[in-house]
Amino acid sequence: MTPALSFENLNVWFGDGRDRVDAVKGATFDVAPGDSFGLVGESGSGKSTIMRALTGLAPHWSGRMAVNGQPLGPKRDREFFKTVQMVFQDPYASLHPRHSVDQVLSETLYLHGMKDIDARIVRLLDDVGLGSRFRFRYPHQLSGGQRQRVAIARALASDPAILLLDEPTSALDVSVQAEILNLLTDLRAEHNLTFLMVSHDLAVVSHMCSQLAVMQNGEIVEVMTVDAMRRMTSDHPYTRALLEASLGYRRAAE
Amino acid sequence: MTTETSEGLRAWLLTETPHSRWQARMGSFYQGWLTLRGNPMAMFGIAILVLLLLLAAFAPLIAPHDPFAQDLSNRLKPLGTAGHMLGTDSLGRDILSRLIHGSRITLYIVALVALIAPIAGLLVGTVSGYLGGWVDLVLMRVTDIFLAFPRLVLALAFVAALGAGIENAVLAISLTAWPPYARIARAETLTIRNSDYISAVRLQGAGPLRIITKHIWPLCISSLIVRVTLDMAGIILAAAGLGFLGLGAQPPSPEWGAMISEGRRFILDHWWVATMPGLAIFTVSLAFNLLGDGLRDVLDPKDGSQ
Repeated sequence: MTPALSFENLNVWFGDGRDRVDAVKGATFDVAPGDSFGLVGESGSGKSTIMRALTGLAPHWSGRMAVNGQPLGPKRDREFFKTVQMVFQDPYASLHPRHSVDQVLSETLYLHGMKDIDARIVRLLDDVGLGSRFRFRYPHQLSGGQRQRVAIARALASDPAILLLDEPTSALDVSVQAEILNLLTDLRAEHNLTFLMVSHDLAVVSHMCSQLAVMQNGEIVEVMTVDAMRRMTSDHPYTRALLEASLGYRRAAE
Repeated sequence: MTTETSEGLRAWLLTETPHSRWQARMGSFYQGWLTLRGNPMAMFGIAILVLLLLLAAFAPLIAPHDPFAQDLSNRLKPLGTAGHMLGTDSLGRDILSRLIHGSRITLYIVALVALIAPIAGLLVGTVSGYLGGWVDLVLMRVTDIFLAFPRLVLALAFVAALGAGIENAVLAISLTAWPPYARIARAETLTIRNSDYISAVRLQGAGPLRIITKHIWPLCISSLIVRVTLDMAGIILAAAGLGFLGLGAQPPSPEWGAMISEGRRFILDHWWVATMPGLAIFTVSLAFNLLGDGLRDVLDPKDGSQ
């Protein structure tokens, strides 16, 4: 079976010459269609950069990236954006402050060449549990969770097969986090989505994903299943440290 | 109008759940208006500017005399002379009538400069900021060259090439006034262009043209509007200065700067001839400044929420 996403020896860097920073070094992993894959690691370990390289937001990369077996070139075409969409980390930064929900969604639908835009907006808002009451509100009239729902609706507008989630709940209140995670789980089942999810919260990853890759300093140190993670049977010392740290945190919190 | 319908309109405008794009847009305008109305200084500025607009629109009806009618037997009359409330100038023309007719010229200058300079600046600044690279380099060096050009020298060149007149003076002012707007627009664009909402719309396949015009402009325009209203005073003064030097409005046009220039000869003995147009310039400049301050509170997207 062709993987939905495949990365082979991916290197991503920023800057040139002396200022060059290698954000991702030799990352290799596959995401099977319909699967949910987690990327974990501490801040600055290159998790989000992999996503940005995939979507063309980080221009300097080498290696091989493929979506449904189609290798990606330096430019992303319309077809790519129809297949792969992304939900950003901070819903307070990912919505245009001057555009109403209606404007955001109708522009997105228009850009994807959709026809019945009005009906689709209503359906999208229903899908993410907002309802058309929210259709003409501006971002400043929405709460963080509501904003993130709008961002998810925007990502779903083109009926993508693959959704990239860049820490979709880390900017939200704990109570809202669960709502958004459940919404994402439901949507994944409904729309048959493939998830690639970045998080530094192991609990979130174990709730959402079946497989995960652990990153440290731009390198993938280990790819493992969530079951293996739960059993704490990992080969790499960094993974073990990460797992123990998360346990320690929980014990301290309780 | 009954109070009931106006209450209904208010509720319609302030609703949290608007039912159409039109209602949502009107609602946000109304919110802005409420903020502006809460600022007495800004309302004072608006009142002066509305008065100026009305004066300009109905100048021939309001002005007690023909602004060009000379009466040499009646020259340099002081304030409060019967029939000439603000006195007469060196050719016996009624100063009040000239000021009222001059408001048309002032508005004309303001409108023309406000159309040319910020729009040119916005275009150059956003394109330069968003595209970056060598486009940015070239456009910003051009901006530097225009910034370095002395305004009056350019005006002189214009007048020499195209003839003296208020239009050419305004054109010269606009040509030297756009670089600061370009700088502001570029700085705003640089902070906006890497934000998540621009990345998000790029991920929908939007091209640079759409991103610049539909996503970056709306965020730059507010700070430019504020800057224009604050600069208005300077623009009126620059036009008056050109008129004063004889490069702008030509006599007998009742342009306020030119009027001051004429009155300068008598400033010690007949102070009102230069002072009255000076007061007019001062009032209008002040009004624009107050309005600009108020607009900044309304339009700044960073604290645009209620």
